[in-house]
Amino acid sequence: MMRAALALLLVLLLGSVARAERLIVSVSNHRVTVTPNYSGEELVLFGSVEKDATTPADRTAYDLVVTVMGPRADMVTRRKERTFGIWINTDYRQFLQVPSYLALFANRPFDAITSPEIARRQQIGLNNVLLMQRVGGDYADVVPNDAFRSAFIRLRTQRGLYREDPSAVTFLTPTLFRTGIPLPAEVPIGTYEVEIKLFANGAFIGKTETAFEIVKVGFEQFVATTARQNGLIYGLVTAAMALMTGWMASIVFRKD
Amino acid sequence: MATIADLITVSSYPFTTPEIAGPSRQQIPLLRGATIVPIFPRAFRDSRSVSPARGSMQLYLPIADLPVNVFLVLAMGAAVGFVSGMFGIGGGFLMTPLLIFIGITPAVAVASVTSHIAASSFSGALSYWRRRAIDPALASVLLCGGVTGTALGVWTFTQLRALGQLDLMIALSYVVLLGTVGSLMFSEGLRALMRTRRGALPPRRTHNWIHGLPLKMRFKRSKIYLSVIPVVIVGIMIGFIGAIMGIGGGFILVPIMIYLLRVPTSTVIGTSMVLTLVTMLFATMLHAVTNHLVDAVLALILMVGGVTGAQFGVRAGQKIRGEQLRLLLGLLILSVGVRFAIELVIRPEDLFTIRELGAS
Repeated sequence: MMRAALALLLVLLLGSVARAERLIVSVSNHRVTVTPNYSGEELVLFGSVEKDATTPADRTAYDLVVTVMGPRADMVTRRKERTFGIWINTDYRQFLQVPSYLALFANRPFDAITSPEIARRQQIGLNNVLLMQRVGGDYADVVPNDAFRSAFIRLRTQRGLYREDPSAVTFLTPTLFRTGIPLPAEVPIGTYEVEIKLFANGAFIGKTETAFEIVKVGFEQFVATTARQNGLIYGLVTAAMALMTGWMASIVFRKD
Repeated sequence: MATIADLITVSSYPFTTPEIAGPSRQQIPLLRGATIVPIFPRAFRDSRSVSPARGSMQLYLPIADLPVNVFLVLAMGAAVGFVSGMFGIGGGFLMTPLLIFIGITPAVAVASVTSHIAASSFSGALSYWRRRAIDPALASVLLCGGVTGTALGVWTFTQLRALGQLDLMIALSYVVLLGTVGSLMFSEGLRALMRTRRGALPPRRTHNWIHGLPLKMRFKRSKIYLSVIPVVIVGIMIGFIGAIMGIGGGFILVPIMIYLLRVPTSTVIGTSMVLTLVTMLFATMLHAVTNHLVDAVLALILMVGGVTGAQFGVRAGQKIRGEQLRLLLGLLILSVGVRFAIELVIRPEDLFTIRELGAS
């Protein structure tokens, strides 16, 4: 039994090796720095599909899906309800370790690239990405049209932090491609994973990964770190700054 | 002399953000004859948009964690400073809501405004000190209560934040407090205005029950003989609400001191500024140490705008009569309260909100 399973695994592995096109990708900048006057920017991801001798000759048209995932964080979605005539946060749902930034790009509509079954398994499209929630005592993702899940995606999309664009990937030649990764002004800081999945004739045939990081530099990073690590000194400096400003104003605008 | 209608356009600017103006840019009738018209240019309102116009002075706020237009924040500081100079108040009750309206979270807004108020009240207190218009004894007694109240306020603030109901409590406090104080001040201003029209004399001041309390103390510079109990209680109250709501509390403190404690007008503003200064400095420290929410960059821009605007406000205020000033201030306070009430009562455009619990 065990031996049969191993043999099957070997066949599968060999098969996938034999079928593998290699994906070679790179992003234009592996380290994005957020400076005080940062107001959003766009990275470029480019790459090519390398065929090898085992690639079937009839395979010419490729499809690509690029997934960019920012650092993960826990988030709470709250729903307001009318209580005693005023709108109050009542119900809430906790999202566990979900990407703070999520972008899905493709060269044509997701449903044209592959079957719903594979799309679900490969997490293609915002409706299929796994967003773990704590529902009561359980941990699960819920159906795409769940009120909290869709509100979560809608709110993140409004802020430019979640996005899907099925026409963002362009093939410059049948094997050479590029796509832009827009990063909004309030982009979360951290490591971003990029997953590039290759499809041909509706079948998933391979993927590759790359990453970039977004870091805060300079004065504001210094301020943010100090505020968190040395609250007392930070408070003293802020208070002293307030006194200085007030004192200077009274000197500058002194009438007598 | 400026007419009331002229002044409303000046003082009603905080209500011209998209939330109240609504997507249809409707005019909202506020008072007979007075309407609020959205006057913010589009570029200002979109300061939070995903791709702001290049070349505009965007600055990234390290604690609030979002980019803002420097000139927008400076202008807000100057405008609030103008109003605060005109009425002799700190202006926190205008500044905090304004920051919330441009997208800064209520928690960061409250914490950062405390240092902004400290700066403006310090420059005010200095000039009152030079004119010997501060009663040191009265200020020290007030401060005993003020510091205690502030500590209690910051502690409550932290608890509410953990419960996820801080924003609601801030909004409710604004509605209740500003609604009450605003209505009282407005009606009092109206009555005073009527009296002057009729040429009648103001009612004589009589002693009230507060003057029967024990532990009396003589406050020389104010020339009053008063129990310390109500003074300390007032201090605690102002410190507490100041820390939770991000206001200096001058607009409540001054009327209380005049009407309840019978402090003479010569020392009332200067002394209340000392209380504001110390409680706000203390609140800044506590917010920085416990919640790490004070945005020093934001505070600095607000301070610079605020102290500058205040100078022009003082000049404008000197041209208006006292009763009219009170009427206007009452109207302004009441409108901020109503603004928060509307927000609570009308169905929000989006019932859902997201809050990040921080990366782990």
